[in-house]
Amino acid sequence: MNDRITMQVARYLPEGDAELSYQEYEVPYPREWVVLDGLNYIKDRLDGSLSYRWSCRMGICGSCGMTVNGEPKLTCATFLADYAPGPVRIEPLQNFPVIRDLVVDTGDFMRKLTSVKPWLIREEEKPLSEGEHLQTPAELDQYKQYSMCINCMLCCAACPVYGLDSEFVGPAAIALAQRYNLDGRDQGSKLRLDVLSDHEGIWGCTFVGECSKVCPENVDPAGAIQRYKLTAAMDSLKSFLMPWRGS
Amino acid sequence: MSNHHDVLLVGGGGAGLRAAIEIAETNSHLSIAVVSKVYPMRSHTVSAEGGAAGVIRDDDSLDEHAYDTISGGDWLCDQDSVEMFVEEAPRELLRLEHSGCPWSREPDGQIAVRAFGGMKNKRTWFAADKTGFHMLHTLFQTSLKYKSVVRYDEWFVTKLLVDDGRVYGVVAIELMSGRIEAITAGAVILCTGGCGRVFPFTTNANIKNGDGMSLAYRAGAPLADMEFIQYHPTGLPFTGILITEATRAEGGYLINKNGDRYLQDYGLGKPEPKPVLRSMELGPRDRLSQAFVKEVEKGHAVDTDFGPVVHLDLRHLGEELINRKLPFVRELCLKYENIDPVTELIPVRPVVHYMMGGVHTDMNGATSLAGLYAAGEVACVSINGANRLGSNSLSEILVFGARAGRAAAEYASSHTDTSTAVLAQAADERNRLQQRFTRKRSGERIADLRDEMQKTMEQSAGIYRSGESLSQAADTLHELQDRFASVTIEDDSRTFNTERISALELAYMLDVAETIVNSALRREESRGAHQRTDFPARDDKRYLAHTLIHREPDGSCRVEYLPVTITRWPPAERIYGT
Repeated sequence: MNDRITMQVARYLPEGDAELSYQEYEVPYPREWVVLDGLNYIKDRLDGSLSYRWSCRMGICGSCGMTVNGEPKLTCATFLADYAPGPVRIEPLQNFPVIRDLVVDTGDFMRKLTSVKPWLIREEEKPLSEGEHLQTPAELDQYKQYSMCINCMLCCAACPVYGLDSEFVGPAAIALAQRYNLDGRDQGSKLRLDVLSDHEGIWGCTFVGECSKVCPENVDPAGAIQRYKLTAAMDSLKSFLMPWRGS
Repeated sequence: MSNHHDVLLVGGGGAGLRAAIEIAETNSHLSIAVVSKVYPMRSHTVSAEGGAAGVIRDDDSLDEHAYDTISGGDWLCDQDSVEMFVEEAPRELLRLEHSGCPWSREPDGQIAVRAFGGMKNKRTWFAADKTGFHMLHTLFQTSLKYKSVVRYDEWFVTKLLVDDGRVYGVVAIELMSGRIEAITAGAVILCTGGCGRVFPFTTNANIKNGDGMSLAYRAGAPLADMEFIQYHPTGLPFTGILITEATRAEGGYLINKNGDRYLQDYGLGKPEPKPVLRSMELGPRDRLSQAFVKEVEKGHAVDTDFGPVVHLDLRHLGEELINRKLPFVRELCLKYENIDPVTELIPVRPVVHYMMGGVHTDMNGATSLAGLYAAGEVACVSINGANRLGSNSLSEILVFGARAGRAAAEYASSHTDTSTAVLAQAADERNRLQQRFTRKRSGERIADLRDEMQKTMEQSAGIYRSGESLSQAADTLHELQDRFASVTIEDDSRTFNTERISALELAYMLDVAETIVNSALRREESRGAHQRTDFPARDDKRYLAHTLIHREPDGSCRVEYLPVTITRWPPAERIYGT
């Protein structure tokens, strides 16, 4: 049938299945349907037992990342017709443990995100009565790109190191650390460096660059990592040459 | 993880996180639970685009913000609450700046503000056109530094535990394991947002099912002003994705199929090349959505596969401005409509966007049940009256999140008693859920019932309503409640069972739909977003009052009215475009 496309959907139930299997469904694919519409069609009309996450369906909540024909994608922003005549294979994001079907465990990702202290750190809080911190548009641009991360985890799914080295904090967390480090209002970069200059921090990255390729928000985590490596290298060089300036 | 906390928040969006931070900062010894059916940064606050209102310029005043809000709300706002809200909003927005929110700036580094619909001055703070996203992520990341905030991520609340008029906690399902637990607390704050998914065409995320409204209603707290549903005038056809009002604040035009700026025919002023505050495209959302319906009736709309549309024209704004101030709009149009607003017209139509009504609260978020609070879209304070002004809701979640947080913390600190009765209730709830979840294949599909509910709501409780259509809808919804009892559940796994959650969400939506229709049926006037074709005029004699809808023990509803609080702005005509 030329008005239907076959979706091969990964299925896995921890209670019964030893490993992941694939189930095929035939779904319509009008021009405006995204992969997520296909999954919703399955769930609503064909098989209520399929599990996956989704919410905003406009590419901003970061819930619906999955592997579509081998690539990490936001399924709400990936059109079914682009995979015609099919079949199109939908799998959970790689590099994360699968809880069920297309749902992965994000606990480790959240712990790593938290580990880089992703909040504004000030030596002294400015009282509210003194108004805002001034920040020119140019100063905002210094970190703006890294503030656009929606935590969709596609970068971590694409990163070969993240899959191999479970201690590597990953591209998203490093980009988020840079978001604060490069914000002129922040004074916490030294504290974050302790976490990030470990082997498991930035040095784990072998600069494959896949993370930036798959990022739906053009955050460029690979650029963040490179820039950070330079900062960390300079810092360690300084402490080697000028040990009296160490903390 | 102990299952008892001092304050428990249901929902981890802007209001919930603001409440959590407030409590953590002012009462560091209190244990705070954030129970959310999604990871907090997935919450629907993330989708808000245009901005957050708070007076900041020297040529602006709190009174003007209050007047715009009250007239925009067609005099159904409680004016004492509005006065407090406009006073606290700038400080809350500034506080978020101190937490790192990347607000857009003037060349000299000061906070920039933009115009917004129904506002007589520029007072809307913004972070390009992803304001909600940046606010939510700033709040979430800030919340990570407090050890006293314990998160229950992907836990779905099914019931409030109530004993003798006081709330002692919730029953919730952990999605990952399927286990059902009681989580008790000294005070509970509902921060679950709105209920747009009751309708078929909405900007709202899939998670917006009126959970908190139904939880409160079932627990015995009345809902207020549920008939007031905001249609945003500019949604993308098919998806319902929001195209922010900021497009019009930056100078976009709304035009019909003849190329006319049709709003001039609806008492909204004269078309000028540059945006004029409180005029034309910067009129209030209710009036703009109503004008659309009239244009369709006149045959001035453009027909598409997804119904009639009008056009939003941004072409004259230029690529540089669009990229700098409206990049998300361009991205959304390119991605979902294959249209570049720099050179092409954007098709738009009104779309269900926001619930003015909600759990009836005072200005500290307190509901009629002791120990239960509500803040954000789930609540009705009311500062939004019969029609919310764009950019007031992002400020509202901060102001009332913080206030509810303080009030709940104070309550929990002085009420440390526990109830054993609620543990028996929790056991009953576990049994109820287990029965509900038993696999059944004989009934109707969840999606079929949901579709029918949504269709009923659009037909009867849309931009224009009538007594006849609302009565019919009330009957249909009643029947849907019965049919829901035997709905099909195919999935009997305990692990991440989203079908069970969908069933429970449908139950919430059916409750909320009934309160909307029954509240609308009894309000025999037209005010703000509630337009009755059979009662086309505002009737201050009978209805300068909030609708309070209660659930009776037999499941039926009872409606009563509560006078609106008027302080300094007596009811008057709403005037735009002068």
